[in-house]
Amino acid sequence: MTAQGIQGNLERSALATIRQGLSITPEFRKGLVGTMALAVVATLGKIVVPIAVQQTIDTGLKGGTPDVPYITSAVLVCAAAVVLTALAGYLMNVRLYKATESSLATLRVRGFRHVHDLSVLTQNSERRGALVSRVTNDIDQISTFMQWGGLMIIVAFGQLFVATVLMLVYSWQLTLLAWGCFVPLIIALPRFQRLLSRAYTVVRERTGDMLAAVSESVVGAAVIRAYASERRTSERIDKAVDSNRSAQIRAQTIVGMVFPLTELVAALAIAGIVLLGVRLGLSGDITQGQLVAFLFLITLFISPLQMATEVLNEAQNAVAGWRRILGVLDTPPDVADPGEKGKELPRGPISVAFEDVHFSYPGGAPVLRELSLEIPPRSRVAVVGETGSGKTTFAKLLTRLMDPGSGRVTVDGHDLRDVRFSSLRERIVMVPQDGFLFDGTLAENIRYGKPAATREEIELAMTELGLADWVEALPAGLDTPVGQRGESLSAGERQLVALARAYLADPDLLLLDEATSAVDPATEVRLARALEGVTRGRTAISIAHRLSTAENADEVLVFDAGRLVQRGPHAMLVQEPGVYADLHASWVAAAHS
Amino acid sequence: MATKVTSAVMRQGLRVLGVAIRTEKAVFTLAVVASAIYGGMTVASAWALGWATDHVVLPAFRDGRVTTGALWTGALLILGAALLKALGVAGRRILAGVMQFRMQARSRRDVTKQYLRLPLSWHHRHPTGQLLSNASADAEAAWAPLAPLPMAVGVIVMLITAAVAMVATDLVLALVGFLIFPAIAVLNLIYQRKLSPLATRAQQLRAEVSEIAHESFDGALVIKTLGREELETDRFRRRAHELRDANIAVGRVRGLFDPLLEALPTLGVLAVLAVGAMRLSTGAIGSGDLVQVAYLFTLLAFPIRALGWVLAELPRSVVGWERVQAVLEASGSMAYGPAVIASAEPARIEVDGVSYAYGETEVLHDVTFDVPAGRTVALVGPTGSGKSTLVQLLGRLVDPGTGQVLLDGVDLRELAYGGVAESVALVPQQTFLFDDTVRGNVALGLDVGDEDVWAALRLAQAEGFVGRLANGIDTRVGERGASLSGGQRQRIALARALVRRPRLLILDDATSSVDPQVEAKILYGLRDAAEASTVVVVAYRMATIALADEVVYLDRGRVVDRGPHAELLARCTGYRNLVTAYEREEAERAAIDVPVAEVPTEEEEVRA
Repeated sequence: MTAQGIQGNLERSALATIRQGLSITPEFRKGLVGTMALAVVATLGKIVVPIAVQQTIDTGLKGGTPDVPYITSAVLVCAAAVVLTALAGYLMNVRLYKATESSLATLRVRGFRHVHDLSVLTQNSERRGALVSRVTNDIDQISTFMQWGGLMIIVAFGQLFVATVLMLVYSWQLTLLAWGCFVPLIIALPRFQRLLSRAYTVVRERTGDMLAAVSESVVGAAVIRAYASERRTSERIDKAVDSNRSAQIRAQTIVGMVFPLTELVAALAIAGIVLLGVRLGLSGDITQGQLVAFLFLITLFISPLQMATEVLNEAQNAVAGWRRILGVLDTPPDVADPGEKGKELPRGPISVAFEDVHFSYPGGAPVLRELSLEIPPRSRVAVVGETGSGKTTFAKLLTRLMDPGSGRVTVDGHDLRDVRFSSLRERIVMVPQDGFLFDGTLAENIRYGKPAATREEIELAMTELGLADWVEALPAGLDTPVGQRGESLSAGERQLVALARAYLADPDLLLLDEATSAVDPATEVRLARALEGVTRGRTAISIAHRLSTAENADEVLVFDAGRLVQRGPHAMLVQEPGVYADLHASWVAAAHS
Repeated sequence: MATKVTSAVMRQGLRVLGVAIRTEKAVFTLAVVASAIYGGMTVASAWALGWATDHVVLPAFRDGRVTTGALWTGALLILGAALLKALGVAGRRILAGVMQFRMQARSRRDVTKQYLRLPLSWHHRHPTGQLLSNASADAEAAWAPLAPLPMAVGVIVMLITAAVAMVATDLVLALVGFLIFPAIAVLNLIYQRKLSPLATRAQQLRAEVSEIAHESFDGALVIKTLGREELETDRFRRRAHELRDANIAVGRVRGLFDPLLEALPTLGVLAVLAVGAMRLSTGAIGSGDLVQVAYLFTLLAFPIRALGWVLAELPRSVVGWERVQAVLEASGSMAYGPAVIASAEPARIEVDGVSYAYGETEVLHDVTFDVPAGRTVALVGPTGSGKSTLVQLLGRLVDPGTGQVLLDGVDLRELAYGGVAESVALVPQQTFLFDDTVRGNVALGLDVGDEDVWAALRLAQAEGFVGRLANGIDTRVGERGASLSGGQRQRIALARALVRRPRLLILDDATSSVDPQVEAKILYGLRDAAEASTVVVVAYRMATIALADEVVYLDRGRVVDRGPHAELLARCTGYRNLVTAYEREEAERAAIDVPVAEVPTEEEEVRA
């Protein structure tokens, strides 16, 4: 198991996938036998017409004058049978929908919960879209298949089966002839399906390209205008739109060519049946009613085979979707919650220790090496270093977003891996650089740090952080909507909200990962001062983007190329030749020149 | 949202279909011809079967012999009708696709052309998500009814032919058909009316479930660090269960109507048999006629539903069409004048009495200042003071509400299309890269050699990391530059501006994601290289301000003061407070630091 990957399970066969899929969704299996029995009854309705035609012609019309009472009673019996099978069809449908939707909803929620336990979510932002698909499109695909394709398969098999049985009762020779016509088509179906599947894959890719191109005209609106590159963008979009259209038409052409083949084959079968049937009739092997009934029975072959290509295609997609969601569920969370067995951390200032910690991403060079350090409770620590020096990895290990490759991280002497998540998340809170906000109001976003917080608590928190003036200046104060992902606020304002949210959570260790990098200097200084007041008595660790933070810290940790190269107070470090002195010199040069 | 099949929606829907038919006249005509062939041949195949029954099957059983001629004629009739019908089906399906996808593509091209034409202020008023769905989902929905449309037209042909054929066969049997088929059509209409709102709701919930998953996974870092996974799962579960219930509601309606729609024609055939037997007994019809009508009922049962499919798609189509139309009809594209400035000298800028408002809120009030040619001016001000808006006015991304912006004495609005971009290069706060190579992103359509691209990258401190990319400047950067870090993207965006050797370079906090050390290098490099340009730079940082000959200090949308940095520092309180915030903090701290560290506070004791 890797930290990045999700088990693909490509080797798992379709049958095994379905078996395992069913085994984890008891809602689907429950009552399946009853549903199948109803399906059998429902398909029997399909052969009512051929039987009625045969009876009418052979018995009712025997001897020249129609036996009207016989025909009428036969028709009434058949009509009753039709109503009964329709009822069975209704009950079967409802049961099938209930069973599939309930089981898929369970699968969806389980998948969603499980994804949140996978570290790939916080490590690899490019794969997030794919994970969203696992609990949306993939499940929807299974749902569509179950209710359309799956139903079709049940009905089609049933239909072909009862039709064949009745045909055999009438004439084995004609049955052989009919199947003789359809078998080559059935053999060719998987080939058509592959053709179609390839065509649809191209359509999906082209649609993706098209959407990406179209989005450039919206998301890149400012840049396109600034560089007068409207024509160039327009040409790119036209190309993407047109190649998407061509792919769609190509796929549609394949469908259009394959679809009518079945009717052509059916016509061949009908013509053959007339030719052969008449000869069989002459030798007395078949009645005229049976022959005509045969012609009606052939129509039962048409729709299952017509739909077969699309059904096969959807079945393939559904199995693939199923495989993907099972792949997610089978991936063990790489950072596991010890749960009930885990330790509870008592409240109070936290001490931290790293003991010979190594970390590297799978297949990558080490990001942290031989890291050993202690951070005493109540201390104020600044972490500095260039991009890629391992600062953020340090933060992720400390908040247990990841576990070290070797060595251990302890808080208050307990290995982080033994601490219950509920306790850990309450005591240690990180404010990431990108202050993600949910679509809602300011108050709702701040309350996310402490769901039980009252309005007064939120207002108090804002006042303590010195942000009350800022809130007041907003159009609706705390009730101002922040928009999707907080897009109605500036990057700096989003950081303010994220900070308030973490502060309201009232942790004992506050970890700031360049949490105020987008805020203007005057506000940042105000905020830093307010934070200093409110974090007094707690442990506070800041990953610093400006060295003034380091100047004010009790201790500075200097990272370089994955190692802790220097530590100590600013005043001491700045005297020693080394990484910190260099960083400081270039910062001073930039800030004071 | 119009989900009900009201007559107004229907009329509007038919109008939308009319637009498509007028636009794709030839394709539509061919599709309808193909579909008519299909419709006619469906009826013909039943007739061929009836003919074979009357002329081949019945005589054979009655007389005990069969004429070869009649036998082969029957077979050929059946096969011929089927062949023509197959061609009709293939033609209808393919041409319906051609029409639908062409219309979709046309709408998408028109909508995106309009996006490119409309001014940035229009974009500001519309959320990104909405604009994207106008070009994708709405354009698709608008033309969705085109897929079943030719078939529906073919079905109408089929029904008329069938009616004629039945009337010609026997009036009484025809009456059974006239009862059954309208009943199927009406039942189907009721079906679609009941289904449509439920299906729309399910679709809506599907989108909401997806939205929650997107948001929740995007915010994973926050959720995880605050331990809110269960809260999120509850939120997701509630919506997922609503979706489940909505899907089951759809299932109930489908489950009821699908078997009914199948049972109805079957009952029709049985009625034909019963009525037909009576007609046979009076000698009004022959057995072949009976077989023909019964077979016709079997064949017509399914296609007749196509009428319902078109109607079902209409409400969604109308909504999609109206949204697309709203974009296409939006007015206010930027007008350009005839003026051309032929100069290679640094540009001179005058901002004269400019104000600008987003909707009701005016963010710039009567702003006036000038930047002499070849000078570097820093725009400084707190968050929300209007710097970014001002910068957009300088690059003519938006036009001022009142006042004017002059480039070398020419109002920007007087310049010909492309004239501003020729002189001015703006690097916006939010970096945007195209899904293209590094070279493509830097050149952006400009005809420049590799040397120039590398030189610009060098100046933007991007030479090193670009050189290490797999294919150097020919490496694709992915959608929005996804394969690069924020700082790397900013440096490429900067190179994009520099490669143009602009007469006016505008930097809107364009190095915010770059490491301070690298930023310093960029700024020094710029100071040396930018002598041929006038530069306007938005900044808070001293390092950046230090580059400027002069500072324009903005607060709440007004120019509060301007002058060299040292002068402003001396006379402007707001400016001093802003730019010296860090230094003052250090100074104050130095004074108070010692006592704070020694005295444990009350909070500490309470918490312990």
